[in-house]
Amino acid sequence: MDKHTPLFAEHEALGATMVPFGGFIMPIQYPKGILTEHKAVREKAGLFDVSHMGELTLKGPDALANLNRLISNDFTDLEIGKVRYGILVRADGTAVDDLLVYKRNVEDYLIVVNASNTDKDDAYFQANLKGHYAYANASADYGQIALQGPMAEFILRLLTDRIPEAYYSFIENVTISGISTLVSRTGYTGEDGFELYCAAKDTVKLWKVLLETGAPYGLEPCGLGARDTLRLEAGMPLYGHELNDETTPIEAGLKFFTKLEKPDFIATEALSQSPKKRRIGLRLIDRGIAREGSDIYFNGQCIGKVTSGTMSPTLGQGIAMGYVSPEVFSETLFELDVRGRRLKAEKVKLPFYKK
Amino acid sequence: MKRLYLPSHEWVLADQAPHAVGISDHAQHALGDIVFVVLPAVGDPVTQGERFGDVESVKAVSELISPLSGKVVAVNEALLSAPETLNQDPLGTWIIQVEGTVNEASLIDEATYLAMDKD
Repeated sequence: MDKHTPLFAEHEALGATMVPFGGFIMPIQYPKGILTEHKAVREKAGLFDVSHMGELTLKGPDALANLNRLISNDFTDLEIGKVRYGILVRADGTAVDDLLVYKRNVEDYLIVVNASNTDKDDAYFQANLKGHYAYANASADYGQIALQGPMAEFILRLLTDRIPEAYYSFIENVTISGISTLVSRTGYTGEDGFELYCAAKDTVKLWKVLLETGAPYGLEPCGLGARDTLRLEAGMPLYGHELNDETTPIEAGLKFFTKLEKPDFIATEALSQSPKKRRIGLRLIDRGIAREGSDIYFNGQCIGKVTSGTMSPTLGQGIAMGYVSPEVFSETLFELDVRGRRLKAEKVKLPFYKK
Repeated sequence: MKRLYLPSHEWVLADQAPHAVGISDHAQHALGDIVFVVLPAVGDPVTQGERFGDVESVKAVSELISPLSGKVVAVNEALLSAPETLNQDPLGTWIIQVEGTVNEASLIDEATYLAMDKD
């Protein structure tokens, strides 16, 4: 039932613990464990299989108008070779998914979406695209590997000198060990790093050459466990947690990626209303870990819920993100219910960690 | 040393009083990196088969179940600052010491526990 990425056998060979995620069987961790992997990415480099992500292509004279109508950000001034983040929304403002848009050429875009939402996004685009365009779900054609951490550029430079300089830019047709790749300076860890796209059939070769090249410099294969602690420290939302079918980008605090001034945007009216809840970051003052589902209290009243929480490996403290009612958004001290214990927590500005 | 187990992967030393209680190597391995432990207080009663604390890894929280009934007489406070000790030496690291009676017949001996098909 669950799909395999092209790297399934590599993960097994490395001794990874495999779990179902987003319709795929994915490595949650390798034998050295999540803390080692997390530390590798913060201090050296980590390699992630992200081939489960979905890739959609949209081309044609009305491609841009469709992007601007359905996605929260404004892509009008997006240049060729640049990447922009946005939230795919419905007319009522709720999030279908969060995604990256790559402008490959005039009227030629690549849209990268969450694995668990690929089919939903695909159906949404098919139902809502208008005018003259060519659209395809190309997810099965792509392998994707993320190389993240302060040593990522050094390691990549051992394999190619065609490195995108600016964050959120990319170069196509970069040859690495004979493999044609799209090299994107993006990531989901809060560190500098790259996401490399290749043909599905070349993924194993690319993974092996990156791992071999980076290993002498501390590169570790990393699983979903470290990916989650890293993105949480970086304050990045994860669909299914901070974003879902009932949450708008405004509620999620993603106003920066939501442009209501652009014409013909599907959710302008809905997103102009005041939000019903607000996303906050919490640092636990008491020792403990509040995980997804923990109730958030203010003045003895339950006013929200944690959507993600962990022990931050970098800070050595419990951190959490969650939603509270707008009336208490500007407060600073909250309590979290952790299996009957009430733990004190303070609201902090996201991200928890910045390089 | 007579180490007896619960199916939930806690152990107790049956032939030493007070009785040391900890978690098995399988438990620490299944949990992964342990980052936090919730401990009872000295003097708290514990009941066989009931929760006396939590052990948390990066991945998940797991309840600690007491293998015996009695009273907590010592708590390993060092685990609060170094919970990873439970990963490094699970059988050499006690979590609490309990004054009470070990109902040996209700627990699993070490050889049987190690041979068990664990999930």
